[in-house]
Amino acid sequence: MTKDSISARGDLRLTRITKSYGDFKAVDDLTLAIPKGSFFALLGPSGCGKTTTLRMVAGLEEPTVGSIHLGDTDITTTRPYQRPINTVFQNYALFPHLTIFENIAFGLRRRGIKDVKEQVDKVLSLVELPHLAERKPTQLSGGQQQRIALARAIVNRPALLLLDEPLGALDLKLRRQMQIELKWIQREVGLTFVHVTHDQEEAMTMADTIAVMNEGKIEQMGSPADLYDNPETAFVANFLGQSNLIKGKTDGNDGDNLVVDLYGQKISMPKKRSHAVDNSLYAGIRPEKFRISRLGTPVRGNTLTGGHIEDVSYIGVSTQYVVAMPWGQEVMVFEQNDDGVAPFDKGDEVNISWEPNFTFGLRGDEDIEAGTEVNPEELEGE
Amino acid sequence: MSFPKIRVPYLLLLPGFAFLFTFFILPIINLAQTSTQTPIAGGDTGEYEQTLAFGNYIQAFVDNKEQFGRSFVYATLATIFALAIAYPLAYAIAFKSGKFKNILLVLVVAPFFTSFLLRTIAWKQILGEEGFVVPGLRSLHIIGQQTTLTSTSVAVVAGMTYNFLPFMTLPLYASLERIDPRTIEAAGDLYANGITAFRRVTVPLSLPGVVAGTLLTFIPAAGDYVNAAILGSPNTKMIGNVIESRYFKIVDYPTAAALSFTLMAAILILVTLYIRKAGTEELV
Repeated sequence: MTKDSISARGDLRLTRITKSYGDFKAVDDLTLAIPKGSFFALLGPSGCGKTTTLRMVAGLEEPTVGSIHLGDTDITTTRPYQRPINTVFQNYALFPHLTIFENIAFGLRRRGIKDVKEQVDKVLSLVELPHLAERKPTQLSGGQQQRIALARAIVNRPALLLLDEPLGALDLKLRRQMQIELKWIQREVGLTFVHVTHDQEEAMTMADTIAVMNEGKIEQMGSPADLYDNPETAFVANFLGQSNLIKGKTDGNDGDNLVVDLYGQKISMPKKRSHAVDNSLYAGIRPEKFRISRLGTPVRGNTLTGGHIEDVSYIGVSTQYVVAMPWGQEVMVFEQNDDGVAPFDKGDEVNISWEPNFTFGLRGDEDIEAGTEVNPEELEGE
Repeated sequence: MSFPKIRVPYLLLLPGFAFLFTFFILPIINLAQTSTQTPIAGGDTGEYEQTLAFGNYIQAFVDNKEQFGRSFVYATLATIFALAIAYPLAYAIAFKSGKFKNILLVLVVAPFFTSFLLRTIAWKQILGEEGFVVPGLRSLHIIGQQTTLTSTSVAVVAGMTYNFLPFMTLPLYASLERIDPRTIEAAGDLYANGITAFRRVTVPLSLPGVVAGTLLTFIPAAGDYVNAAILGSPNTKMIGNVIESRYFKIVDYPTAAALSFTLMAAILILVTLYIRKAGTEELV
């Protein structure tokens, strides 16, 4: 089996994986399929189990329960060096005693590949650093080291490339640039990329499919647009962007729509966008989906009335309002500064309205603060 | 009172420099002068005059070739054995000891709490007829029934290996400890099995420790005389023993001084060649 594992190709399947450390379950009964050729992101806060999952795929940890398949080959207990999987480590883990050329050639030489020079040169031009071949890793900048770590992995043309917070150590501008470059390289080489990150923007920019992880489980999986437009849990709604979650209860049907009562005001939303299990639910609306209008102005769609502007922040492309609603909740509204309408002032009496199709419904027993906490350790890592 | 900023570093150097000047530079100049002296005609034992007799060096070397050779052979053997014992030990402490790391490090240093001499004398007991080593080896037929270990080169090399082991272990530990375990994981990720990863990544990255450890063992071992004096016999005399007896017993200061300088020069040359070869400046 181990002889064949190195040439295994195909989709990656994790089946009912659990990883326990004593009583603590880092990964809890996780099942996941990653199609060949996709750019897949595991997104979640630190400690959610995403890195443990990645290390199990790499073979650096063994699952307590469950199995990992690559195509038809079971690789659950295969040693790391017998897996057709390469990793871009968080701190790059380049070999400090070897030149850049030898760093990249390391995997090729171990497998006895013939045209080492040609392949290394090719991948060095792919990452646009052919002039650095004879340098040592410590002579390179962070961004250059990052590209060499990537080159060292993809030169082996693995069935699966794992990226563990690969851009975490770079500054913001370089990170944006590398996001675009990584995405381009992935298309160019056509490998399956599995990317672990806590940065939701990074995941949304690069990945075709994102799995949001929390406490060892997958909260929701889908395309970036799916996850953003129709989150199924409060954690996803809050972790990816911002959400306004307003408590309510269903109050009958209207064709394909649900009628929902929010503190006495009726709104409607598509039935298929509600993930509630009973009458009690939270109606979720993204801040940029709201429109603000002065009292008495006719508006289309769902309307909530009786609010007043609590706070105004002008930030160029948009203006952010905090609107206090009559039931005491403050909602966030982002308005594009594109309509020439005079902005609203603090204290103005307003209605807020939105398209019914933009509403999503969450279970009424959710913790609406889930996913909003900022972990101080992560801020340090920025 | 304020000094211009540039002077402060030199002021900090002053105490160390003054100490080294008084207790190292001056004595060494004195030693150099002594090495070319000859006995005063008709003078007492121990009375010498400066005659710039550089022939002392040749005479001293020719008379003691054997002891010189033995010193470097013993020191080399002790260094090799110490490396063979210390590397696995330092590796285990650095990577596999978990919460026992500090306890093990204290144990490595623990022999220093007892005097060097006392420990060497203890080895005489261990390797003696009444110890457990000799009867044990005899019953396993590894050594003959009449063979003894005390007063042999085996005992001297064993004692030196033991005495210098911590000097080998600590620098090795320090350099192994500095290795980012993720580079070893990365080697595994890049198709290197355990042995290859060790050979291609761990060993090269620990070379600075190997160089430091071997120097800290070899240099004092080459000049050592305590182990040969306590555990050896006249047939295992090292150059240190010769210098000691020339100085304190025969009161032949010029020969002792010439031997000291020759030993120093030989060590310097060997160490320079070794560092060149190991290419430490290339290492991180």
